[in-house]
Amino acid sequence: MKSSANKVLLSGNHAVAEAAIRAGCHLYFGYPITPQNEIPEYMSEHLPKIKGGAFVQAESELAAINMVLGAAATGRRVMTTSSSPGISLMQEGISYLAALELPCVIANMVRGGPGLGNIATAQSDYFQSTRGGGHGDYRTITLAPCTVQEIYDLTQLGFYLADKYRGPVIIQGEGLLGQMVEPVELKEPDKKDLPPKDWALTGAKDRPGRMLRSLILEEGILEEHNWKLNRKYLEIEKKEKRFESFRMEDANLAVVAYGSVARIAKGAIKRVREEGLKVGMIRPISLWPFPGEAIRKAAEKVSQFLVIELSCGQMIEDVRLALAGKAEVNFYGRPGGGVIPNPAEFGRVISRNYYQKVRKAR
Amino acid sequence: MKKVFERPRLLKPATFHFCPGCGHNILHRVIAEVLEESDFRERAIMIAPVGCAVLAYFYLDIDVTEAPHGRCTAVATGIKRAIPNSLVFTYQGDGDLASIGAGETLHAAGRGEKVTTIYVNNANYGMTGGQMAPTTMLNQVTTTCSAGRSAEREGYPLDMSKILASLPGVCYVERVALTSPANVQKFKKALRKAFQYQTEGLGFSLIEVLSTCPTNWKLTPVDSLKWIEEVMTKSYPPGVLVDRKANRGDSE
Repeated sequence: MKSSANKVLLSGNHAVAEAAIRAGCHLYFGYPITPQNEIPEYMSEHLPKIKGGAFVQAESELAAINMVLGAAATGRRVMTTSSSPGISLMQEGISYLAALELPCVIANMVRGGPGLGNIATAQSDYFQSTRGGGHGDYRTITLAPCTVQEIYDLTQLGFYLADKYRGPVIIQGEGLLGQMVEPVELKEPDKKDLPPKDWALTGAKDRPGRMLRSLILEEGILEEHNWKLNRKYLEIEKKEKRFESFRMEDANLAVVAYGSVARIAKGAIKRVREEGLKVGMIRPISLWPFPGEAIRKAAEKVSQFLVIELSCGQMIEDVRLALAGKAEVNFYGRPGGGVIPNPAEFGRVISRNYYQKVRKAR
Repeated sequence: MKKVFERPRLLKPATFHFCPGCGHNILHRVIAEVLEESDFRERAIMIAPVGCAVLAYFYLDIDVTEAPHGRCTAVATGIKRAIPNSLVFTYQGDGDLASIGAGETLHAAGRGEKVTTIYVNNANYGMTGGQMAPTTMLNQVTTTCSAGRSAEREGYPLDMSKILASLPGVCYVERVALTSPANVQKFKKALRKAFQYQTEGLGFSLIEVLSTCPTNWKLTPVDSLKWIEEVMTKSYPPGVLVDRKANRGDSE
């Protein structure tokens, strides 16, 4: 870690780890998988030096997520990280974490799939992260950074939201972002107004025993539990939507993209703006809850939307749901795993869309 | 009049859901007794399995969490690493521990996690209705090996305690048969010892209990006890499989 003033140069993967440690997460459980191995390596070096810190290299992602479950049950901050195939293996545990309402942060440095895919960057886990992923009626807050600074900030926010709403939070990193090296300001985490962890298992000293359970056999009680979870999800939808609006003030065409793709699209938008095309972008930062209102509101002025993803089209479904037919939605995507588009490529796509759809309509 | 037997304080005044003649009732009571008779209660965190014993939190007045099927020792690892001075123990059936959770069990033991496992072996899947378990013995009939387990067709049973006892991270493994008051006392003594070893930081400890499942065995409670003595103990002989502290004492 190189330091100059209050900024240091960090890779995206190291930023996840450093942000977590500074947020008071001194427990880490994980299993090696490329392209995120720098995170467990960093944790294995730093956590044993911290009092009460522990790093365990689990025997599998299945074990790792359940170690996270155990540590989270004690009320301490804990995290695991992995990449797509490993996150698939963790889905069982994530469902239990949601059911037991245990806070933790899980970073997924997404790589190409399906199956073993490859180790190059991708955005093909959008459905898995935003639709629950495991069995049952639940959601996970999913935050998608597009710079190393944002990886740092959102990881810390992730711990805050996990504690606030008692549940797992996913940092939807991407292989590309994990490897990228940028200056990062090491901010101090927000810990204000968090509810007391009066549910944590710490040993029943001077109090009755506590239980954490997701098996609910009594008649009608599981429905009640699910309604309770649902009320929490509705509150999150109301309060925790995050997005960035870029050059939307006079836009005739709105690009919708997240993560690294949004960053590349930004470059493309700057290019086509120089040619006089009025293009803006809405970048969802929280993938769930999805900032649908922002998109719906943009449709009051913009009739053309272009969704760009490093997948064959997953987030586009949320854009369509948000717009409910109020504007035309087009798509440009390439399956990830070896493809890194550049602003010139996106620029061509945006121009073509603009001339075919916006100009033609006039 | 002097009271000589009463409900342990840590055993909640709830009615057990277990079948008549099932061993879980006894094991729960003994756990409550051991915790109560020591200062362990305040530090105890139990991990309940998936299976008949999942409802342990309704019976024991201590901190209890559930774990996904088979993952008890991974959850235990997380808890123990988070609160190193806690007393962490899992309570698992043979399907949970030796089948779906074999990996987690082996590795927690391999790492020498300072936790204790109570391994309740009844040679079948009780809660789901008596299917074959990894511990089902050759020729034993279950609902998924109705002609009796054959080595050729279903493969051999797995003796996890024996495997685990061979690992250097494991400090203590004892197998008891829950068939008589004397044997119940053996379990109690073993549990106390396992908790003591955990407190001393000696490593992973496990007590296997050969326990009755009259409903699925289709035997009366009394015949079930006989069946453990006459059949199960032949495949799974009771005794201390490893006790590294005692062994160390001998060699010193």
